[in-house]
Amino acid sequence: MFALLHRIFILCRKELLAILKDPSSRIVLIMPVFIQSFLFGYAATYDLTNAPYAVLDQSRSAVSTELISKLESSGVFHRVANLTSEHEIAEAIDSGEALLVLQFGPSFAEDLYAGKEVDLQVILDARNSNSAGSAAAYINAIVASFNQQWRQSHGGGAPALSIEARSWYNPNLETRWYFMPSMIASLAFLQTLMLTALSVAREREQGTFDQLLVTPMSPAEIMIGKAVPPIMIGLVQSTIVMMVTLHWFHVPMAGSFISLYLGLIFFMISCVGVGLAISALSANMQQAMFYAFMLSMPLMLLSGLATPVRNMPMPIQILTYANPLRFAIDLIQRVYLEGVSLMTVWHDLVPLFVIAALTLPWAAWLFRHRLV
Amino acid sequence: MPEASVAAPQLDPHRHSVRAFARRLFALTRKEVRQLLRDKSNLSIGLLLPVILMLIFGYGLSLDVKNAPIAVVMDDSSPTAMEAVVGLQLSPFLSPIMLTSMREAEAKMLAREVDGIVRVPSNYSSELAAGHGSIQVIVHGAEASRASIILNYVTATLAQQGVRSLDRVGGIGKGGLGYIDVESRLWFNESNTSTWYLVPGLIVLIITLVGAFLTALVMAREWERGTFEALFVSPVKPVEILLAKIIPYFCVGIIGLAMCLVTARFLFGVPIMGSLLILLFASVLYLLVALGIGLLISSVTKNQFMASQVSLLVSLLPVLMLSGFMFDLRNVPLPISIIGHLFPATHFMSLIKTLMLAGNVWPQIIVQCSILIAYAVFFISAARFVTRKRLD
Amino acid sequence: MNAAGSAVQVQGLHKQFLDKESGRTIVALRDINLAIPAGTISAFVGPDGAGKTTLLRLLAGLLRVETGSIEVLGVDAKRDPQQIQDRISYMPQRFGLYEDLSVQENLDLYADLHGVGAQARVERYARLMEMTGLAKFTERPAGKLSGGMKQKLGLACTLVRSPELLLLDEPTVGVDPLSRVELWEIVEQLRHDEHLTVIISTAYLDEAERCAQVYVMHEGEVLAHGTPQALSDHARGRCFMARSPSKQPSRLLQSRLLDADDMVIDAVPQGGDVRFILNEQTQSDALCLRKILDGARVEEVSPRLEDGFMVLMRAKLHHDKGETDASLAAVSLSKSVTGADACGGAARDEVMIEVRDLVRKFGDFIAVNSTSFAVRRGEIFGLLGPNGAGKTTTFRMLCGLLPATSGFLQVAGVNLRTARANARRRIGYVSQKFSLYGNLSVKENLEFFGGAYGLRGQRLRQRIATVTEQFELHGLERTPSGHLPGGFKQRLAMAVGLLHEPDILFLDEPTSGTDPLARREFWRRITALANAGVTVIITTHFLDEAEYCDRIVIQDAGELKALGTPREVWVQAGHSATSPLNMEKAFIDIVNQARQSAQRNDKEVASA
Repeated sequence: MFALLHRIFILCRKELLAILKDPSSRIVLIMPVFIQSFLFGYAATYDLTNAPYAVLDQSRSAVSTELISKLESSGVFHRVANLTSEHEIAEAIDSGEALLVLQFGPSFAEDLYAGKEVDLQVILDARNSNSAGSAAAYINAIVASFNQQWRQSHGGGAPALSIEARSWYNPNLETRWYFMPSMIASLAFLQTLMLTALSVAREREQGTFDQLLVTPMSPAEIMIGKAVPPIMIGLVQSTIVMMVTLHWFHVPMAGSFISLYLGLIFFMISCVGVGLAISALSANMQQAMFYAFMLSMPLMLLSGLATPVRNMPMPIQILTYANPLRFAIDLIQRVYLEGVSLMTVWHDLVPLFVIAALTLPWAAWLFRHRLV
Repeated sequence: MPEASVAAPQLDPHRHSVRAFARRLFALTRKEVRQLLRDKSNLSIGLLLPVILMLIFGYGLSLDVKNAPIAVVMDDSSPTAMEAVVGLQLSPFLSPIMLTSMREAEAKMLAREVDGIVRVPSNYSSELAAGHGSIQVIVHGAEASRASIILNYVTATLAQQGVRSLDRVGGIGKGGLGYIDVESRLWFNESNTSTWYLVPGLIVLIITLVGAFLTALVMAREWERGTFEALFVSPVKPVEILLAKIIPYFCVGIIGLAMCLVTARFLFGVPIMGSLLILLFASVLYLLVALGIGLLISSVTKNQFMASQVSLLVSLLPVLMLSGFMFDLRNVPLPISIIGHLFPATHFMSLIKTLMLAGNVWPQIIVQCSILIAYAVFFISAARFVTRKRLD
Repeated sequence: MNAAGSAVQVQGLHKQFLDKESGRTIVALRDINLAIPAGTISAFVGPDGAGKTTLLRLLAGLLRVETGSIEVLGVDAKRDPQQIQDRISYMPQRFGLYEDLSVQENLDLYADLHGVGAQARVERYARLMEMTGLAKFTERPAGKLSGGMKQKLGLACTLVRSPELLLLDEPTVGVDPLSRVELWEIVEQLRHDEHLTVIISTAYLDEAERCAQVYVMHEGEVLAHGTPQALSDHARGRCFMARSPSKQPSRLLQSRLLDADDMVIDAVPQGGDVRFILNEQTQSDALCLRKILDGARVEEVSPRLEDGFMVLMRAKLHHDKGETDASLAAVSLSKSVTGADACGGAARDEVMIEVRDLVRKFGDFIAVNSTSFAVRRGEIFGLLGPNGAGKTTTFRMLCGLLPATSGFLQVAGVNLRTARANARRRIGYVSQKFSLYGNLSVKENLEFFGGAYGLRGQRLRQRIATVTEQFELHGLERTPSGHLPGGFKQRLAMAVGLLHEPDILFLDEPTSGTDPLARREFWRRITALANAGVTVIITTHFLDEAEYCDRIVIQDAGELKALGTPREVWVQAGHSATSPLNMEKAFIDIVNQARQSAQRNDKEVASA
């Protein structure tokens, strides 16, 4: 038993040395994680923070001015132009100068005082459907509350209704709160997969794998020795992302570190299983790298990272059951933001375990039985 | 060999001529094409991955908020209370589910079966009559942007409904005041589906993939496998080596582009409002930029693993993150936005979205095409400058 | 070409590299002056790290000329490397073939690039195919060829046209003797017909002997140059043959001679006898020498280039007293081991490896066909054969790296492919190309493989110290193994293979590409190991090395063609038992006989 552990230990040490000795590969393993955590933290935002707009106010009334000032006070909408005619609208939108144009008709104020339902025309640039959608919803909410206030202050009847809005787990509804915890798993995912995929392929290409196979090490030992170092590196990368999330972006962590790390370890094991299987199948490093990349792109996209899994059509949702990242992201978000314990998210662990249990033994079998 | 067959050294007398150039270029290009066709992994990245991505983006990904499930908990079942929430049913964005207990609603929310909860408290009608009625709205904040859109719609719908009911009860014009209704018109994307805005962006991603990621490995591969040493000691010029690398991948890029455009147009119904010719021209320009970046990375790193990592970092990642593909650059802090505008992908991204969804916006076309031309010239000449027939 | 008729003129050339890891500059070449006459064949010879490859690359315009000047075909290499590259052909040491292109496509590519016309191509291809024996494989992807075949294809790609100057960097490493003969025929014909200038770097001194000029290089300097005759003369009057009267293997007499390093510069087995060189002070009838020879008949022979080379190298090594004398340590090693020949006669009869009717097919292709042999403890057993004969395949099956299609095979009593992992502890394996972790240091490699074989703690430290001592790896412990010069890589690979004291050692072409000095050293170690009871299985292309083996097999096209002691194989080749051995001749005869009879059979089958 001790001999076995010793052999695995020296194999792990060799792998780590081989990976970390080269200064350029150390940089490649650490730098991108840092750059990406900051980049994602700042750039990956669906939050509407700056919506330039233009106004075509044909009514030139006190009401329209009041509504515009309410819009301005939101802090999100910034007026970039005052238009004078309808045909200027196209230019303002086409050029991308304004995300939206508010158009008050000539009889806007009169109709309103006459007790009519008045349309406020909002023209949105929907080239970015997300920004357009957010802006539209925002305007709707502002106008609704304006209706109430304005009628009240002008002696009209207004419903005595207040709406108490609350948001669970993310009080200010910041995209970052959602994105950064997902990044803890996803950023490590790509490189862990690539690193493992390359590990056996590199040894095959350089002929060292034969040298390894003639030693008394068994395929299972080699497999474990190959699996542990990428898991360790993956965990370090995850820790870096977590530190940035916690201490730079101040996204509070609701759950326990133990649950988070246990979940991460399960996730890494299944990743490494997939990586080793790719590695054992590839004839050379280039193939291993390409196949790893081929696989990682769709896995990342269909993980719920970019868009929710629930929005996907059913057949694709079923496919995502083979995607370790999907479960890892769900697990980490829930542990991190909602503070649930592993007991609550055990169902996320099952697929991860199944993926690992299928890929790892297969990879070990391929070590000896794949003929190059 | 017979004595008479070769009497003098067979030095090619035309080695400087255009014909010799064409012959060598053809030989090298044929070699590259053969290598490309025989390596399955290479082709699958160049042709299969774009198809997979197209399908994922077209069918799998959606950022749209449509018919978002909302739990409505009616602790007060009076007609007044029922009327307060009736507007939710009419909203195209929301699909309310009526529940009776808050506990049930919370359970559904935790299981992410609903995106939000609207709770009408048991004393709603009496409190409203007393002048301070209130309705609770809770959203699941984990997916922030979705939650914020839902929250805005729920709030707006409830408020508008409040005004409407009041008017109906009291009769319109009782106070002599009307109310404002928002009528949104979404230009360039009437139904505001995210497919329309994701698919043009995907074209940028795929061109980058073929141009920068695939080619980043081709030069590095030759350095790593030592195939250059023998090739260098021949009349081959560095320009010919580079051109021979560009040509096949240029074709793969064009095939990818064509596939994207056809699927975008006919499978997903994304319009091409601008001129197809200009669209192709701009895409070719960007493809050249991407090829230039790929070759430059490849020639500098001379190592496949490093090349792949660097090209992921400087070409693919910026496309995904900083080009306005998924995330609107208007919403990021200024320094990030400035960095974003340094990448050629950002300019092409905005150009292609305009050309497909908006039309020929000439000022934009001229400015952004010039930027792309400048980048293409810069990167390809840099790649040429770095590629020397030397081993040290 | 300039007035002096020199194809290449080098003056005051220095070249140094910056080692990025340590930040030190490494001097690769110092003060090189050459004038290579046009229309001749010249050779660069010397041990690893002598700077042969750097010099050739500089001539080819692949490296920047910093100090000194190089003029190739009248063109300044500093100013216009492209013009040089238009006019010369160059075969690098590691010819980078495009592995997914077929043999034909690789050839076509180079023919196109050099602008070889369609007419010239037809003739040239036919000749190249005949030389390389690649005609059968034109459609096969280059990546699927055996190591030697790849080398031959690289050579063929280089020779698609006749340039004004041909640079060949160790073109025959890993190429079997049959093809080497044909290669030299082509090169000599090119020189004769087309007045071509050829520069070749080689580790084979019998090849250098065919050149007009030989440059002996050592650590970046040219030690000596001249005609092979002139260089051989350094050993004139000091070369002798000793014929041992007894039946014992000549390597025993050889090691006795080498042990007397105060008198003897070099000794090698040759044709069943031992050839040796005395140092300047020693007379051939000196008393102590006669004691060593133990009645063996001695006659003076005329020196070969190799003898002259050995004299020059020894002189150089003695001159640099401060440096470790590699051969001295080898001597002391063998002294200690030969004395302790612990292995009794009974144990020597134990069969360590048994192979019966072994077959390996790849699809339709039969790589190894019904091969049977047995190897006893302490034997040195050689596997010989031309490229693609199935040597490496046999090897990989023995080591358990490849399953046999059918047949029986046992190594140390088990089949390693199916046996428990621990059975592999008894074998050591040194593969054809250097296959240790290049970015790990020497010490880390030793520690890793030691650990893999279950050594640890005190025992591991002890063994590492022993092999470091044995293989002269002092001071290199922290060097990344990928940065070691070729000869040291090979020593490290051996050190790793022997770290766990295996009973059986597998060596796949361990000496290909190594210089004569390193080969001497290597064989001293191998014979010492065999004396200590280690069974050694070795493949080699150097047929003179077959004489070190107790028994050899010759394989061709997957078939076993001959089996026995070198003398027995010589007889099987149809020579008289008493005539002097020539293993190269025996090999060529056996392979040719086999091929002719195969052709006859084919014809019979075809006519029937």
